[in-house]
Amino acid sequence: MEIFKNTNFDFLGKKWPFIIASLVLTAAGIGSLIVKGGPRYGIDFKGGTVTTVRFQNSVSEDQIRVALSAKIPGEIVVQRDTTTNDVLISTELRDEKALDAARQLVVDTLSSNFGGGVAGKIDLSNVGSAKIADELRGPVAASMNEQQVQDLSKAITTFRDTQKRGLLGNIDSLSGVNGVSPQVLSVLKEKAYVAPYQVRGFDLVGPKVGAELRSQALNATLLALAGMLVYIAFRFEFIYGLAAVIAVFHDTIITIGLFSIFDKEISLTVIAALLTLVGFSMNDTIVVFDRIRENLPMMRKEKFDTVVNASINQTLSRTLLTSGLTFITAVSLWLFGGAVLNGFSFALVVGIIVGTYSSIFIASPILIWWRDWMEARRSNTPPTAGAAPVAAAKAKSVK
Amino acid sequence: MNSTLRNKAIFVLVIILICVYGIIGIPKSGAELTKNWNENIRLGLDLKGGSQLVLQVQVQDAFKAEADQTIERLKVELQKDGVPYGVLDRNDPQRLEDADTIEIIAKGIAVDKVGAFREVVNSRFAAWNLNSISGSDFKLTYKPTEAGVLRKDTVERSMRTIENRINGLGLAEATVQQRGGTKNESEILVQMPGVDDPARIKSILQAAAMLEITEVRGGPFSDRAQALAQNGGVLPLGTRLAQERVKQGSQGESWWLLGRNAVVTGRDLRNARPSQDEFGKWETSFTLSQDASKRFGRFTESNINNKLAVVLDNKIFSVATIQSKIEDSGRITGIGDQTSASDLALTLTSGSLPAGIVYLEERTVGPSLGADSIHDGLLAGVVGVGVVILVMLVYYKRAGVNATLALILNAVILLAALAYFGAVLTLPGIAGFILTIGMAVDSNVLIFERIREELRNGKGVIASVEAGFGKAFLTIIDTHVTTVVSCAFLFAFGSTAVKGFAVTLVVGLIANIFTAVFVSKFIFDWELSGDKQLTTLSI
Repeated sequence: MEIFKNTNFDFLGKKWPFIIASLVLTAAGIGSLIVKGGPRYGIDFKGGTVTTVRFQNSVSEDQIRVALSAKIPGEIVVQRDTTTNDVLISTELRDEKALDAARQLVVDTLSSNFGGGVAGKIDLSNVGSAKIADELRGPVAASMNEQQVQDLSKAITTFRDTQKRGLLGNIDSLSGVNGVSPQVLSVLKEKAYVAPYQVRGFDLVGPKVGAELRSQALNATLLALAGMLVYIAFRFEFIYGLAAVIAVFHDTIITIGLFSIFDKEISLTVIAALLTLVGFSMNDTIVVFDRIRENLPMMRKEKFDTVVNASINQTLSRTLLTSGLTFITAVSLWLFGGAVLNGFSFALVVGIIVGTYSSIFIASPILIWWRDWMEARRSNTPPTAGAAPVAAAKAKSVK
Repeated sequence: MNSTLRNKAIFVLVIILICVYGIIGIPKSGAELTKNWNENIRLGLDLKGGSQLVLQVQVQDAFKAEADQTIERLKVELQKDGVPYGVLDRNDPQRLEDADTIEIIAKGIAVDKVGAFREVVNSRFAAWNLNSISGSDFKLTYKPTEAGVLRKDTVERSMRTIENRINGLGLAEATVQQRGGTKNESEILVQMPGVDDPARIKSILQAAAMLEITEVRGGPFSDRAQALAQNGGVLPLGTRLAQERVKQGSQGESWWLLGRNAVVTGRDLRNARPSQDEFGKWETSFTLSQDASKRFGRFTESNINNKLAVVLDNKIFSVATIQSKIEDSGRITGIGDQTSASDLALTLTSGSLPAGIVYLEERTVGPSLGADSIHDGLLAGVVGVGVVILVMLVYYKRAGVNATLALILNAVILLAALAYFGAVLTLPGIAGFILTIGMAVDSNVLIFERIREELRNGKGVIASVEAGFGKAFLTIIDTHVTTVVSCAFLFAFGSTAVKGFAVTLVVGLIANIFTAVFVSKFIFDWELSGDKQLTTLSI
């Protein structure tokens, strides 16, 4: 099966609508960044806490926000995944000193507002197996030894966290667990309650560390880009390296811009996704450039832009197939990958689209403009003998 | 099959066997296979659930303690040499970065004794530089080389203590490591798989656990002012005031005058454990080392009917009257429940922290969230890779099988490399994995499209395969090396998460060059080797 065979589209002739679309997207992204005062950093980069909570019933974002802001200073952001009732609660943390108590504050506030618990009883949704064992030990001492008590407690939390995916619903649902006798059940009913939510994860980053991580991520990315530029400049020509890096930069700016427009957070995993798309886009660009380098000596009579266009066409089927396949992987990650990977896969989905067309409509035109500009400059000065295209000469030496 | 091909086949087979062995060992049963898999493919905390803490050692505390000790010694030495002084004091650096700025100020040295003062400091306090502020006032600053040693030593000792405490808690899988880099040298990363509420652990790690058993020189007093007033406004030489812990049901504060130097400290303990007294109340009992028992025996023998204080972190825990000679053991009473008693025993035996600890970062992934991440990640991976393989098979037919084999082998090599290097698979690592699979698909597509082009240009099958691999090779090298170069920078300058991404990616890329270029070519050669007159290729 073949889809594209000997295509000859005039890509470079149709570049302007795409370049304009790029400029519009870039401008919109930058505009959004300016209006919102920079990207919306996740706690990794600004400090704060994020609590991942799964609720039994749908609780509105506002309800949570109002309940928490009564106790916790600063802005509180509540995001909800509508399909699972999973909620991400972000709080601010400006003072390094508030760090130690931050988790307890969030947990206690949630418990007093949504727990529905009774003082003195343990919350079966959120305690670990050691606490359950503490409650069971005395009452069941006649029938079970210490090891059995611990194993049973462990079985209860495992059942809750795997089979029930975090939410027990009520104590009776435990009767399915191996070893939970009616006696155990009645002990638990007396000593425990089941809160209609579970705290599934907690992240806390101090503001100082956040700022450090931010500058570290930025430096690493910029240096990585510079490294690629040097390598490509060394393997091809400087302008090739520059064009590839500009194209990749363009992809990154548009993706970050879209993150800002859709009000999504930039976290450490999103940085990993940005690096991934930088890799993909760079890969795409190099494939086209490689073909240009290969074609130049063979098509010496043709104009440079014809060579570029032919190269794009020759690599078109590979470009679309590769991008299509990686796009499918990214979409599958976006659809099935869960809340944790959402930002990551969103960046990939956007990045692959932008990255694919940037090698055709951004990187390649830059090469041609540079060539035209060089030639225009050369024709103003007295012609030197044997002004063969530099790239062609270089390409030969590489071979 | 010719000999070159056979050698290649053996080579590929050996690589596969080594990789499979690295991942699952030689399992004898299904259960053992799962066990080996879980042992070799270690998941990061973000996938399997657990807690991670980043803590920072407040090195400046150690500098202050060092200065305090020096001041005490200096006082003794100056007295011995008959050098009178006015004030000996130190500054109070608050931030970690300012630890080196520690200095001791000596004021009011008599002019005719300046020479003797200089002599004492220079000959007996080699770690300090002496600067004069005026004729009678001096400043002692800590030498930079000494500061470096103290910094390193403080962090190392803190780390050992933290390790001891983590081990004492029975967290077998937990790891304690120093964060690299000159900027983060005082940061310690503690990773604890399976722990989803680190509150208790945090407070255990943070406990200074400085135990002193000290003679009581006077008291109790109702507050500091009363204590001072009873002693004529100044504390007697070699004493200090400390407050007793406020117990439930007791009336108001009580202060005691204690000897400055402890009879026994935490370092003298041989072990400590929780125990119960005759009324079933929890306490922590301890035994002393041989050396300390002798000292303690001598002291208690000559101080019968006097009082002793148990001081923990500069707070008096309990005061008791010495009834008889005590040699090698003691108890700390009034602690509370069993957990507090065993926590105290743990912190005492693990050694005291040389400096305070603050937490910079805490990340917890609960077991249900971790399980969800793995479930979702697997589902997405299976769907994604499944579709990719399907398209490759439909689009490239027989050659698609080659690509699929190469793809699977790539994944196997990558997993094996993770197992052999002992690296952990994290979420960013999975991102690197996805990019690897993408690049692997790309390499195959590049090669196949080239072969098709050559076939279209009328070349023979074998020549087309040769030319396809040959021409695509340069492109593949360029794309791979570019990415490896960027990974090198990410690894050198990135944070932990970014490093995980970079490592997985580099390993995957190297595996890919092997599978896409070498293995895939080998499969083609093998298929074509039987029939020299081959005119069509399923691609």
